[in-house]
Amino acid sequence: MARILQKKSCRWTYNLWEDFAAASLRSSSSKQRHCVQTEGCFHDEQHHALASSSGSSCSSSSSHADTRLCERWISLESDGLCRRQDSSVATGLGEADNLQAFHQLYKETPKGILGVGGFGAERRWWHKSQFVRAIRYSGNAAAAASFGGWRRAFMSLDQDLNILRDDVDSKSKDFVENRNAMEELLLDLRQQVEKVRLGGGSKALERHKKRNKFLPRERIDHLLDPASPFVELSQLAGLELYDEPLAAGGIVTGLGLVHGQLCMFIANDPTVKGGTYYPITVKKHLRAQEIAAQCNLPCIYLVDSGGANLPRQADVFPDRDHFGRIFYNQAQMSAAGIPQIALVLGSCTAGGAYVPAMADESVIVKGNGTIFLAGPPLVKAATGEDVSPEDLGGAALHCKVSGVADHFAADELHALAIGRKIVQNLHLAGVTNKAPQDCFKSVDEKIREPLYSTEELHGIVPTDRRKSYDVRSVIARIVDGSEFNEFKKLYGTTLVTGFARIMGQPVGIVANNGILFTESALKGAHFIQLCAQRHIPLIFLQNITGFMVGSRSEASGIAKAGAKMVMAVACAKVPKITIIVGGSYGAGNYGMCGRAYSPNFLFMWPNARISVMGGSQAAGVLAQVEREKHKRDHTTWSAEEEEKFKAKVMDGYDKEGHPYYASARLWDDGIIDPADTRKVLALCLSACSQTAPQVSSYGVFRM
Amino acid sequence: MGRGSTAYRYVVLMAKPYWKWGQICRALSSSVPPIHKEDKVKRVGIKKILIANRGEIACRVMRTAQKLGVQTVAVYSDADRHAKHVHDADEAVHIGPAPASASYLNASAIVTAALETQAQAIHPGYGFLSESSQFAELCKQKGIIFMGPPSAAIQAMGDKSVAKTMMSAAGVPVVPGYHGEDQSVLLLQAEANRIGYPVLIKATQGGGGKGMRIVHSESEFSESLASAQRESQAAFGDSRVLIEKYVSQPRHIEVQIFGDKHGNVVHLNERDCSVQRRHQKIIEEAPAPHITSEFRQRIGQAAVNAAKAVGYESAGTVEFIVDTLSGDFYFMEMNTRLQVEHPVTEMVTGQDLVEWQIRVASGEVLPLQQDQIKLSGHSFEARIYAENVPKGFLPAAGLLHHYHPPAISSTVRVESGVGKGDAVSVFYDPMIAKLVVWGQDRSAALIKLHDCLTKFQISGLPTNIGFLKTLANHHAFAAGDVDTHFIERFKPDLLPVPLVKQDDAVPQETRVGAALAAAAISTTSSRSKEMGSKGFIWNSELGFRLNHEYSRILHFDWKPEAGDVPLVPLALRVTHGKLGDYTVEGHKLEKICITGKQVESDSHEYRLHVNNKSTSLSLVQFHQGGVSHVDLWEGERHHQFTVPMPQFDTSDELSGEHRSSGGQHERNQVQTPGAVIAPMAGRVVKLFADNGIKVKKGDAILVLEAMKMEHVVKAPVEGWVRGCKIEVGQQVSDNTILCHIEVGILEMN
Repeated sequence: MARILQKKSCRWTYNLWEDFAAASLRSSSSKQRHCVQTEGCFHDEQHHALASSSGSSCSSSSSHADTRLCERWISLESDGLCRRQDSSVATGLGEADNLQAFHQLYKETPKGILGVGGFGAERRWWHKSQFVRAIRYSGNAAAAASFGGWRRAFMSLDQDLNILRDDVDSKSKDFVENRNAMEELLLDLRQQVEKVRLGGGSKALERHKKRNKFLPRERIDHLLDPASPFVELSQLAGLELYDEPLAAGGIVTGLGLVHGQLCMFIANDPTVKGGTYYPITVKKHLRAQEIAAQCNLPCIYLVDSGGANLPRQADVFPDRDHFGRIFYNQAQMSAAGIPQIALVLGSCTAGGAYVPAMADESVIVKGNGTIFLAGPPLVKAATGEDVSPEDLGGAALHCKVSGVADHFAADELHALAIGRKIVQNLHLAGVTNKAPQDCFKSVDEKIREPLYSTEELHGIVPTDRRKSYDVRSVIARIVDGSEFNEFKKLYGTTLVTGFARIMGQPVGIVANNGILFTESALKGAHFIQLCAQRHIPLIFLQNITGFMVGSRSEASGIAKAGAKMVMAVACAKVPKITIIVGGSYGAGNYGMCGRAYSPNFLFMWPNARISVMGGSQAAGVLAQVEREKHKRDHTTWSAEEEEKFKAKVMDGYDKEGHPYYASARLWDDGIIDPADTRKVLALCLSACSQTAPQVSSYGVFRM
Repeated sequence: MGRGSTAYRYVVLMAKPYWKWGQICRALSSSVPPIHKEDKVKRVGIKKILIANRGEIACRVMRTAQKLGVQTVAVYSDADRHAKHVHDADEAVHIGPAPASASYLNASAIVTAALETQAQAIHPGYGFLSESSQFAELCKQKGIIFMGPPSAAIQAMGDKSVAKTMMSAAGVPVVPGYHGEDQSVLLLQAEANRIGYPVLIKATQGGGGKGMRIVHSESEFSESLASAQRESQAAFGDSRVLIEKYVSQPRHIEVQIFGDKHGNVVHLNERDCSVQRRHQKIIEEAPAPHITSEFRQRIGQAAVNAAKAVGYESAGTVEFIVDTLSGDFYFMEMNTRLQVEHPVTEMVTGQDLVEWQIRVASGEVLPLQQDQIKLSGHSFEARIYAENVPKGFLPAAGLLHHYHPPAISSTVRVESGVGKGDAVSVFYDPMIAKLVVWGQDRSAALIKLHDCLTKFQISGLPTNIGFLKTLANHHAFAAGDVDTHFIERFKPDLLPVPLVKQDDAVPQETRVGAALAAAAISTTSSRSKEMGSKGFIWNSELGFRLNHEYSRILHFDWKPEAGDVPLVPLALRVTHGKLGDYTVEGHKLEKICITGKQVESDSHEYRLHVNNKSTSLSLVQFHQGGVSHVDLWEGERHHQFTVPMPQFDTSDELSGEHRSSGGQHERNQVQTPGAVIAPMAGRVVKLFADNGIKVKKGDAILVLEAMKMEHVVKAPVEGWVRGCKIEVGQQVSDNTILCHIEVGILEMN
């Protein structure tokens, strides 16, 4: 079939035949010029007929007056058969902009011979390589493959719809003020984290290093794939929680890759109080195990701990969620096929001895690593036996005699290397819990960045928490291509719901844009059910002062509506991640998937606040109660006293609502830089999307 | 003088700079009658040829054959089973084990292969059997066309002294000299005077410079002669000498000639191959620099005469030694084959010599006549060898972990018989590739040569690329001031200088190179795309950390190029910035800020912005012999680093007894070294040793049966069996001492 190349400059028409034999020169009439076949779809019936009758597969091109559409179209036909043409092709004389198109054609011409005919006197046979050369060296590379013009029979309906436009002015005074305030908070946060990363102080560090030991974070870095991301959890756990400082709660936990396998790391920090378990240490350890169980992640325990903190044993030992739960979790996870790997890099005394003992596979370091139920002093006291730690529970004993440990490591680095090998050999561990391949088919392979800089999030959140702002500005800086397909946009407008993608992964976003009204709550319940049915992970962006109060609200059944939303949140069995981007007050916290609703992850921004109600509201309520008490007792309560009372309450609320206070108690999984939100969300989403989807069922909705 | 209907004229169609070798447009011509004579020679349409060679030349011949539609048959040895030339051929025949003597030099096996595959002709390539007259003769006997000269011509040219005699008879200048038996001093003196000083006195039996004297004037002659004779007598027991003209600054210029079966011979201009090491050429060029066209014509005519004198057919090369001082040239020898460096001639003449060979072999007349052979531009060929330059160009072997030649074009050719992952074996020539470039003139070609050498990336084994680059950059080479002593003359300039002090001597560019390598490695996701899902996010957010920056230290060891200097350790701290940027710091290295990434995933090419300057670089990592290598090409430089690996002392694990406080554990009773202990509970089914019998370490003492398995208990040491109370059929429990081997008695005896 004829393929036509036209060259404007010299008014030749090169008819390119596939077959030398069929090379009778034809004049180029418009009828026989083109045939278009793109992925089996013909754009013109006439050409369809031509292409079929010729029985040949045709390479093709097309032209469009609308180049934008044309680009879109070409991007659809990704096999590269189509080439963009300048609109001037419509005249039949291709403009010489597209040597590439010619090259493509050249490659596809099977016999290597191009018949060349023309209007001019020169009619010759050219070898195709020469033809290309002729074009290459004809001065301006002016040759074009033109195939005549026609328009597409369809237009794109997907383009540019639902892209969030926003009018944030990064030069405005407010913006700059907000940014400065946020950056101050961030600076403080980084300083806190920097302090935490130093562990238990320089003396302890020095002692630790002298024993040829790495710090817990160094240990993790060695275990991780080079440059793997690492999401450390609850960095500020234990901050100002006890009389003595307890950096990161004495334990480092987080998620990272080993041989491409996402793992949960739980590493004691022996420089912090000898790695002993404080109540918050236990809580953090259990939280990490909870995440691992939820996300089906192999656990790697880097054990170097003196066991339970004896003075605080009452808050560490006896209860359900205390020390014993660690081993219970290990047993449960191992039963579920989640690998439990212990690297004994220091002492594992008493209860701690069960971490490697309960593990599926364990490594112990010569010299530093010891496992025993009772240390040498206790043995001496109990039986009078005098024995060195190494002989009592060292690497050699446990690897050669007792069989408590499986791998003997010459030094710490060796132990970490063995640890990596163990993970490499996990093969299909936990595969039965994993999401099947089909679950990822709707994940975009190409990641679109948001249209707006994530750094701008620093300037969007007002310093004054009472000031409102459009949460869509936040969403626009988190989701792919700033594309947010909003659901029920015009109904219950104080709650924003919609579908988007975060680094290719589909999500449903529920975000506050003011106080929750009855309609907003109903909309939320509807949307959450929708996502659960479609197995779309949910992202909650909390900035909520609570549900609307007042007679009208109550009459409209706001309690009922709120209950519906809470029911939906509690029962939806999809991955849920909550970010507290502003206030988190009252029942709003419940409806928006607070900690009690077991989101897979919960993070806070440094500007966030969390409490049962706002400080001033609480002060007002308490002051009123107090005033009535004074009234009953007939005592006077001056306005000054009342102010003082209120201020005290407000101060208390402010302190206890601060993210540091929350993070120190593990009410969250960490405080993050708003600019990191997109990355953190993407990583955590990916971590919790690996398990098989579950079917949600709900309790009784009060209608 | 007839004209065959199939006679072709070759016309170079495109304007000169753009002609592409081998793509010569053929057009039927009716205007110019050929001047070539054409005898009645039987025409054979060659449809299939066997290539009795390997490596790049085999691939080269196949390419032309395939272009002409001629089928190809490759032959291969055990070592080349997966070689490129085997893969490229239409058919391939195995001819023997790896050593060349048993395979590529095995004439009968090759001829058998040709007969079996019904190949009509054999192309011998170069080396191996290409200059074996017996092989040519064997081919003739079996009715196979040998693509080369007749065996008589090979034989004549193979014998140096016969060749010289024939040449001087044909009027081709040979090095003047006296090779006579009469050794009288007077006669020798007279001959020397006749030849003209300086002359060279050589021992007839000579070699290795012994008994060799250069005489610059008549007055020195008798004294030098006497000492040469004495030395010769002492070394070889023969005081006979010969006298030759001494060429003090010789150039090696050779002329490509071509003959057909009709007696026509043309020359295709000359090549200069003066730059040599270990008597092997490494850079060749055409045309020779500083040569007048008159000289070219003279030397060309001499070459044609030489070829005609032996009735030459096919491609051949007449080598001349040219005295740069006088401008005289003398016949040295003739290579009766296609030369390694033939591509430079092809580049400047626009001809495909292998095509000529095939046509001539099938009986056609030469495609071009002498006056149709043009000379255009300048061409260089650099031979890329696997060799250790600082160790005196010692040949190397190994695996090509990375092989990335420059992009080929109409002016750049890369001839190679290997690719990435192939081995350069010890069995054959260690040449990896030939790089051929063409330029409008010599300086343009030289610039191109240097550029292409810079872009030629090989790692896994030592190569001479760096040396070639230095050579191409050398001022004397650029000036065309070449002779056969060139490399010796400029040795200090050309060879890498050994470092004196370790740390200070690390060049700054090496430190920067290491920093770039560290950054490039940091941008690469070395992890497999696991976890099933496409676009697994954890693989892309490199170095992400919460609320702090991730930094790590990369360790490299740098091996200085020259000498046996120990490795120099370099440590680089790479910090991952928030915005995908990297900060690299190191000892004596200013902080470098780098952004950028791999050009494509899984590619070795990177585009990095270094301190606001954008550069391209290539990085390759591979493991070899338990060492991790990092090779970096950046600008003109090729940095080679190794990555130190931690060594774990596992001797404790392997050693027998664990150091426990004695008697604590039942399994570890106090034992003498000679105790033979039951490793498990079981029944004794066989007993080999009785008391007092001498056993060696490892000898079987008895066999235990347990769990339906037999287990042989062996002697732990050499000695005499003592205290054995075991009987066959007896049940023994775990860990019981079965007997003792006493060492002491042995010593007493």
